[in-house]
Amino acid sequence: MIRKIIFVSIMGLLLQIGAVNAGTTGSEEMKDSGSQGTTKECFEGFSRAMFKLNHGLDKAIFEPVAKGYRALPVPIRKGTGNAVDNLRSLLTLSNNILQGDFKEAGNTAGRFAINTTVGILGIFDPAAALGLEEKGKEDFGQTLGVWGSESGCYFVLPILGPTTTRDAIGMVGNVFLDPVYQITHNNEITTGVGNSNYSEHNYFYYRGTGAVDFRAKNIESFDSLEENSIDLYASIKSLYLQDRKKKIANSLSAVETQDDSDWEEIDTN
Amino acid sequence: MKKNFFIIIFFSLLLFSSNGFAYSSDPKQFIAEIVDEAKKILVATNTKEVKEKKLTEIALKTADIKGIGFYTLGKYRKGLTEEQLKKYSELFEKYFLKSFVSRLSDYSDPKIEVLSAEVLNPKYTMVKSLLLATDKKPEVKIDWRVYTKNPEKPLIRDLIVEGLSLARTQKEEFASVIETNNGDVTKLFITLKEFINK
Repeated sequence: MIRKIIFVSIMGLLLQIGAVNAGTTGSEEMKDSGSQGTTKECFEGFSRAMFKLNHGLDKAIFEPVAKGYRALPVPIRKGTGNAVDNLRSLLTLSNNILQGDFKEAGNTAGRFAINTTVGILGIFDPAAALGLEEKGKEDFGQTLGVWGSESGCYFVLPILGPTTTRDAIGMVGNVFLDPVYQITHNNEITTGVGNSNYSEHNYFYYRGTGAVDFRAKNIESFDSLEENSIDLYASIKSLYLQDRKKKIANSLSAVETQDDSDWEEIDTN
Repeated sequence: MKKNFFIIIFFSLLLFSSNGFAYSSDPKQFIAEIVDEAKKILVATNTKEVKEKKLTEIALKTADIKGIGFYTLGKYRKGLTEEQLKKYSELFEKYFLKSFVSRLSDYSDPKIEVLSAEVLNPKYTMVKSLLLATDKKPEVKIDWRVYTKNPEKPLIRDLIVEGLSLARTQKEEFASVIETNNGDVTKLFITLKEFINK
């Protein structure tokens, strides 16, 4: 009951942030990233402080853990990454359905079924060999975007990192849509081996492992970005917003997600 | 007859040597040649300084650094004087070359497959490629925005890595520096100088 109150309060707060920004003047209107508009910030000072905090935590804890993880043999890392992705696909499946992308839902469900069984709890990925490739991870923030919701303003949360109003609401929605969360947090589930094996901390282990796996794959990319940025906060913001736009469009084609009109103005030949 | 033949050969060699290596005018082939040349430099057993010098030479010949610089300045370009634009272009070139070489140096033996080219319009072609996976990094899709207004001399204007445009990221970064200094573009110049000198 208390947890539900907290969730509703967070959603209410985030919706209010969105409403405050929506009600402001035209110069501050919320527009999704495009050629003319940019996603505005709410509380930039707070966000920069949180960014600094997160950066410090990354250097102190997260990066060393990722480097240690990278020292593990490739098959172990590959298997771990596959297993985490397999569990993650359940949230993707929920959102495929909500977005009305039933073809992709079929692909996701097929991958989960094959990889969980033949692939031994997702450690291996035999589904890809059978032509069922992973197309991309979905979440409720993306679903809201597909449904037409604007991104809202950009801000940075402690530990959780960059987000927008829409994506933050999406994060809250994810917990209701993610079967993994529901199973590990639902005390009423006692089927199978009993709820003690699905306790809440398993969910955080799973999410934490996924985060470490991702970080380990991007050590050099992050270092390069840090070394070559003159405003790392702004670089991360830009990359985050571009990435979200690309994911909502479900497209890797640059011309479908990047507005070219800016380039048309530049003639140097 | 023989004299004319040797004269033709002589001038052809002169032309070729003065231009250095001439890249293909076909965008896809152009990118393939650049990738191949960069890879040879990165795997060679030269010193870091030699590699950086050679990579810089590639960038100067194949990237439209001036165009990229103007793009990343965005709307602030229109408020600058000719002198400020000139100064910015000089600073941007140094900044670009330094960061380009630094980013490329992270790869010791990049394996890039150039896959296809899509003509967007008479001025731009998008060349698609794939950086193959290693045991440390997953495979990465890289699109190259090639400026083809002069069809004989294509130039790179942007790299879009897994759908994320480096030029756009740069542009928004520069805009952030300018906006956090109340629209003062000269602060960007100072920041670029600091980066170049670090």
